[in-house]
Amino acid sequence: MRGSGLLLVAAAALAGAVVAEARLVAPTVSDAAIQQDGYPRTLEEFGFFIHADAQIPTLGVVPYELNTPLFSDGADKLRFVYVPDGTAIEPDGEGLLQFPVGSAIIKTFAFGEGDERQLIETRVLLHRADGWLALPYRWNEEQTEARLALAGARVPITTPVGEEISYRIPNKNQCKACHSKDGEVIPIGPKARNLSAEWLSDMVGAGHLAAVPQGADILPDWDERAEGNTASLARAYLDVNCAHCHQPGGGASNSGLDLRWEQDDLYALGVWKPPVAAGRGAGGHAISIAPGDPDASILVYRMNSAEPGIAMPELGRSIIDPDGVEVVSRWIDQMDGAEITQ
Amino acid sequence: MFRLTIAALALCGTAPVFAETHTVSPGEGAQERLQEALILAEPGDEIVLEAGRYELTDGLSLDIDGVIVRGSGMEDTILDFTQQAGSGEGLLVTSDNVTLRDFAMENPKGDGIKSKGADNIVYTQIKVTWTNGPDPSNGAYAIYPVESTGVLVDGVIVSGASDAGIYVGQSSKITVRNSIAENNVAGIEIENSRDALVEHNIARLNTGGILVFDLPGLPVMGGGNVVVRENLVAGNTTPNFAPPGNIVAGVKRGTGIMVMANENVMVTRNVVSENPTAAFMVVAYTQAFDDERYNPYPRNVVIGENVADDVGDEPDFEGGEQLVQAFGGSLPPLLWDGLSDSDGMPAVAVTDGTAGWTLGLTEQGQGIESAQPAPFQAPDAGIEWDMSSVGAPAELEERL
Repeated sequence: MRGSGLLLVAAAALAGAVVAEARLVAPTVSDAAIQQDGYPRTLEEFGFFIHADAQIPTLGVVPYELNTPLFSDGADKLRFVYVPDGTAIEPDGEGLLQFPVGSAIIKTFAFGEGDERQLIETRVLLHRADGWLALPYRWNEEQTEARLALAGARVPITTPVGEEISYRIPNKNQCKACHSKDGEVIPIGPKARNLSAEWLSDMVGAGHLAAVPQGADILPDWDERAEGNTASLARAYLDVNCAHCHQPGGGASNSGLDLRWEQDDLYALGVWKPPVAAGRGAGGHAISIAPGDPDASILVYRMNSAEPGIAMPELGRSIIDPDGVEVVSRWIDQMDGAEITQ
Repeated sequence: MFRLTIAALALCGTAPVFAETHTVSPGEGAQERLQEALILAEPGDEIVLEAGRYELTDGLSLDIDGVIVRGSGMEDTILDFTQQAGSGEGLLVTSDNVTLRDFAMENPKGDGIKSKGADNIVYTQIKVTWTNGPDPSNGAYAIYPVESTGVLVDGVIVSGASDAGIYVGQSSKITVRNSIAENNVAGIEIENSRDALVEHNIARLNTGGILVFDLPGLPVMGGGNVVVRENLVAGNTTPNFAPPGNIVAGVKRGTGIMVMANENVMVTRNVVSENPTAAFMVVAYTQAFDDERYNPYPRNVVIGENVADDVGDEPDFEGGEQLVQAFGGSLPPLLWDGLSDSDGMPAVAVTDGTAGWTLGLTEQGQGIESAQPAPFQAPDAGIEWDMSSVGAPAELEERL
């Protein structure tokens, strides 16, 4: 619903733009920019947008949303996928959609509402013949251009709750720090379980996806968390925010902590598990998850900190996400240690 | 085109003949310039960090194989992370065959230099320090290779780590030598690792000097085949300042060389002095665990010919004073907890008659409060094992 809502907004804006500017011709996505070697210097070279500053995608670039999104300092995130003509995404159960070579996944980070909205950065994941490549693009203040920021940047931002922060645009390697499994760059977000069935059906209808995967759309809607099942919400939150590193083959594999949705071993999830290399990140606590006692759980302690060296995730967050802390705390509080449910 | 040729050569596995050098200087924009150099390097390239102080706000990372990062010396090129605002370490290396040399790092917010899944890495002439001295708010590890095969740490200096100064975890084929670790909780720690050689180091003023541990519940377990020789392990009297919750928070002040839950560990020709709890400590894993792959006992730990003096005179546990009196002024140099594997493999042996005492524990996980201390003389021979396999691959030496 939300996905198609966005489409409508985009279409309406597009119609307005067309009226306002008769010159408008939808650009064609540059398959060369996506697939050839090298790092395009500007976002424009990809041709993903008709109006990049308004984030109106061109034909073939499809907006999507996630049931439970990654927290990124409260940024609004505008997500798009592109699949080259004549190819289609293959389903792979509830997990990651299998994108053909030539695909791109685009995510723009913005703060502010309406006319006040400022685009900060757009991150692209490009599926080239030799694997995925992640690149960050930084928007200028005039919002006329986003340029490659290989080394990342820091930008002063006021968050939706009025906090002044130094927002971090990740460098290329930091992109990989999260987007990596067994040393290879991979997408994280577009897993079937975290995408709406409706959007997936639309993608099938448009010929972009071979079939709606089994196990699609099972993660809860984070926006509806007031009514949702606590365990399900907490597990979804940990999966989306933590498990890209905390899983076998991920960046934090050596911790032995595995926070993936599909993990059902209590110890691997952190229940009664002592830390390995947490250092002061342990906060004086002896175990990752103390059933019934969130305040004694390292997991909550690290989520509830904004201090580098303590805060988790290590990248992509400079303020605390109170909603995430609340849901995960509630989950641990309700645990008696003997059960784990989704 | 020229560039492509270089890359192709490197990919072929031959030594790149035309490797490029990228020079970075301190000053305005150093964060971006240095990080960009680390990203744009090609295999075989060298990144030269000119002398000076680099004020850095974010962790750096390197993900290209075969790169050399070279400063102008550990006293001259200083990566200063005092103002670090993000990332879990100062420098993260995730590629193979990397050489890090001749620079210093100060006050990273988390770990110092972490190399993960980075095979055949060389750290040489590197200094990582927390300049405020021992403090629980310091980062955990200064030098932190993990999940790697082929690790050579030579001539590094580490101080102030709130866990271990040099920590090698879940790795194999490791050499740590010619290095100085001081004012850390643990000076040097080899954890869940195999085929490690720890030699010619100085571990002083830590809480514990050199630790060889194996912990349960990790992707890589079964630590063993470790040689600890010809180190100076002295004056490790710093009170434990590790944040509670970490395994090293249980390390007793005044521990010289400690082996926990490992097999085939040779400790020989070390000078171990002024370690008031024990020169040598050989124990089982102390906590409860639920991991059938894990063996919590020490097996075949051999204490060879070492010099141990001024040890065991002020042990860091309750009732220590009475115990010292009972033993006539100081405890024997070797402390064993009394636990060994049920398969008959001796926990510890001594080849030079090193005197010992035992806590007399009878069950793994039993608390020290129920100890039944008694003198203990370990058997005088361990079981032979092939020590030729320990240490980093010889070809890493060529990069020194």
